[in-house]
Amino acid sequence: MSGDARDQLDAADSGRILDALARGASRRDVLKLLAGAGMALASSSGIVTLAQAAVAARPRRGGRVRVASGTSSIADTLDPAKLSNQTDYARSRMLYSCLTCFDGSLAPQPALAERFETADARVWRFRLRRGVHFHDGKPLHADDVVFSLMRHKDPATVSKAKIFADQIERVRAVAADEVEVRLHQANADLPVTLATFWFAIVPAGTHDFNRGIGTGPFLLKEFKRGLRSIMVRNPGYWREGRPYVDEVVFAGLGDEGARVNALLSGDLDLVAAVDPRSVARIDGSRGYTVFRQPSGQYSNLAMRQDMAPGSSADFTLAVKLLFDRARIVESVALGNAMIANDHPIHPSNRFWFAGLPQREIDYDRARHHFRRSGLGGTPIPVVASPAASYSVEMTLTLQQAARKIGMNLQLQRMPPDGYWSNHWGKSAVGWGNVNARPNADAVLTQFFKSDSSSNDARWKDPRFDQLLLAARSEVDEARRKAMYADMQVMIHEKGGVAVPLFISSLDAHDRRLKGLAPIPVGGLMGYEFAEHVWWDA
Amino acid sequence: MVGRMNPLLRMLVQRLGLAMLSLLLVSVVVFTITAVLPGDAAEELLGQDATPETLAALRVQMGLDQPLAMRYLHWLGGLVTGNPGRSLVSDAPVMELIGNRLPNSLLLAAVTAAIAVPLALLLGTLAAVFRGSWLDRLLNNGAVALVSVPEFLIATIAVLVLSVQLGWLPALSYASDIDSFSGAVRVFVMPVLTLCCVTVAQMMRMTRAALADQLDAAYIEMARLKGVPPVRLVLLHAMPNAIGPIANAVALSTSYLLGGVIVIETIFHYPGVAKLMVDGVSQRDIPLVQTCTMIFCAGYLLLVMLADMVGILANPRLRHAR
Repeated sequence: MSGDARDQLDAADSGRILDALARGASRRDVLKLLAGAGMALASSSGIVTLAQAAVAARPRRGGRVRVASGTSSIADTLDPAKLSNQTDYARSRMLYSCLTCFDGSLAPQPALAERFETADARVWRFRLRRGVHFHDGKPLHADDVVFSLMRHKDPATVSKAKIFADQIERVRAVAADEVEVRLHQANADLPVTLATFWFAIVPAGTHDFNRGIGTGPFLLKEFKRGLRSIMVRNPGYWREGRPYVDEVVFAGLGDEGARVNALLSGDLDLVAAVDPRSVARIDGSRGYTVFRQPSGQYSNLAMRQDMAPGSSADFTLAVKLLFDRARIVESVALGNAMIANDHPIHPSNRFWFAGLPQREIDYDRARHHFRRSGLGGTPIPVVASPAASYSVEMTLTLQQAARKIGMNLQLQRMPPDGYWSNHWGKSAVGWGNVNARPNADAVLTQFFKSDSSSNDARWKDPRFDQLLLAARSEVDEARRKAMYADMQVMIHEKGGVAVPLFISSLDAHDRRLKGLAPIPVGGLMGYEFAEHVWWDA
Repeated sequence: MVGRMNPLLRMLVQRLGLAMLSLLLVSVVVFTITAVLPGDAAEELLGQDATPETLAALRVQMGLDQPLAMRYLHWLGGLVTGNPGRSLVSDAPVMELIGNRLPNSLLLAAVTAAIAVPLALLLGTLAAVFRGSWLDRLLNNGAVALVSVPEFLIATIAVLVLSVQLGWLPALSYASDIDSFSGAVRVFVMPVLTLCCVTVAQMMRMTRAALADQLDAAYIEMARLKGVPPVRLVLLHAMPNAIGPIANAVALSTSYLLGGVIVIETIFHYPGVAKLMVDGVSQRDIPLVQTCTMIFCAGYLLLVMLADMVGILANPRLRHAR
């Protein structure tokens, strides 16, 4: 009974509270429950926020919501293994459920698995909820879970989650309602990973995913790639009382101006990915409001350490010291961002290290380090693109600051088309963009581990890799926290990336649409809005 | 009959042969260009999450492991037999993707043309007849002004005024929502209005120029001296000689309506083929891009051929073989 078990206690408690909320508990009931669980308010702040948002008024049933996200193309898919953007994610959350789900603080909550337990973080048991049915009427069986998880390991599935799935050694059905997941190495975050979109549970043997058969809150009525989909309420949904709305019409609209206009003219009720420059206009229109969510998404300037100039630690440090972060948050993101500290862990994360001093702009130290790098007036190209949010604007402010210490940065603006395959990670100094990841381990493994192909700065540190693996399997919460703190310090000091800010996600909606609360894996309430929203008509 | 083939028929046969050749050349060029674009469909689809293993597996599934020439011949063979294959990224048949959207594009083009062409001809004729008058100057300057404003601006302003401020029209045009005449009007007003702004100006100025040219000719002077009434003079004497260039201007503008309306489709969320093709390019979905190009190219060639036929039929001097 160590840190890991305590985690689960927290999870069970918050799950109970959310369930109570779903049944229509009052604010006082919730506070009682919270006190009863003996939870420190600080540690459960996510739940409290969720609770307050949900308790504010009693949800009503019925109605139709018309929603637009920011991307849509012929690559739209309903295959959980291939989901690749916010439109896919949101659709998958309507049709499918996972074994676990996220709450407002990204702790794993029971979903299709009503209980999960482990002794060593390597072998896990998931007890399935009883009486759950797929949309076609077939009851949920452990074999479906085995199929849904194991298919990601097959290269022919072409799964986006293959890197995670490769940590799984075997999944087996212990009973009709119990599954055992055995990992190659211990991973205390497995329940978090299994809450991510790709690990949605589908009926065993599914080949054609275009019917969208899952156990989720909505049934698929229409799916037109690149255009729109229509979902209707699943009357047999396993979470009692949900969803509230009868129908969701969901489209992807690439043009931000068109999205906002359609919202303000009453053709849409909720739109995703609003530009900070539209916020004033939306707030100024009667009946509409902006839904702001802090998120772990960031754009990072990667300075490759295997080539000049990033091979000079002094150069890298000088660049990190040249970001006027507060000003960038205000002038570039118009306040819709949070200052970051050159590492990828968001302050809302339970493993964020509060003791690390914030790096500020410092011309004197930057000049000192830049002089030691011996680069002089050599022109240094910085590759930026609209594909990496704010990177062009941030490069321009950086360029101005650099000029003051004699550093000659040159902006190379690239088109968004093909940026990720042609420029990202290939130029000596260039911007990347990382979407919010559900846990510290995921983002650190993918972007900072020495052997990862997405390690865009080619930062290699064996001690970091060891720490990462150790933290992954550590079940003692305090020890784990200390390890993650060490890793944040290492990246902050020696890493090859500058992370100036975390970008908040902005959605906008009709004021009468209620029930939205932050789930910081992404916009639209972590893409789960459909299950939670209701009309206060 | 064979030796002295009707000029219209001869042109038709020649044009059809040339059209086939053009289509073939275009398909080779487009295929090559799409192939040298950086990155392939597998890389685009997997993005940051690509691993060497999944990339390799996906390339095999998409058939990208075969040599370029083989892929081209395979596609061409399919096209000739009426099956342009499956879209790489969505795995749906290309015909199905296009079939869902082409009717929408054709409908939008037809409605726009039905309004824009008569309007442009009327205004152009008026401007030519009353050359130098205030009407001529107004129409000319108006046309230049309209054609200089980018269509995304016109579209956005239309949405801001007609939808957001006044609330008269829907900001989005789901073509599937058309179930009545008034519904269709509401869906089409803004896209058609925007497209008319762009196309009318061009056709009108061409009409004016071609007609004005004829009206200055000696035979018109002669006819006027003979006492031919003005309407008859313009419509029956000058127009037949001007119709060739006018028909070509109309053909150019209409062919633009078929594939060039990406801005309209994006802003109004109108489900046409232009957006489909842009998607295809950004996802490196070669069969889809190829097939869309063929359709646009064929449409263009057909329209230009029709324009030439109209020119020949309307002009007695071209109608008879010499």
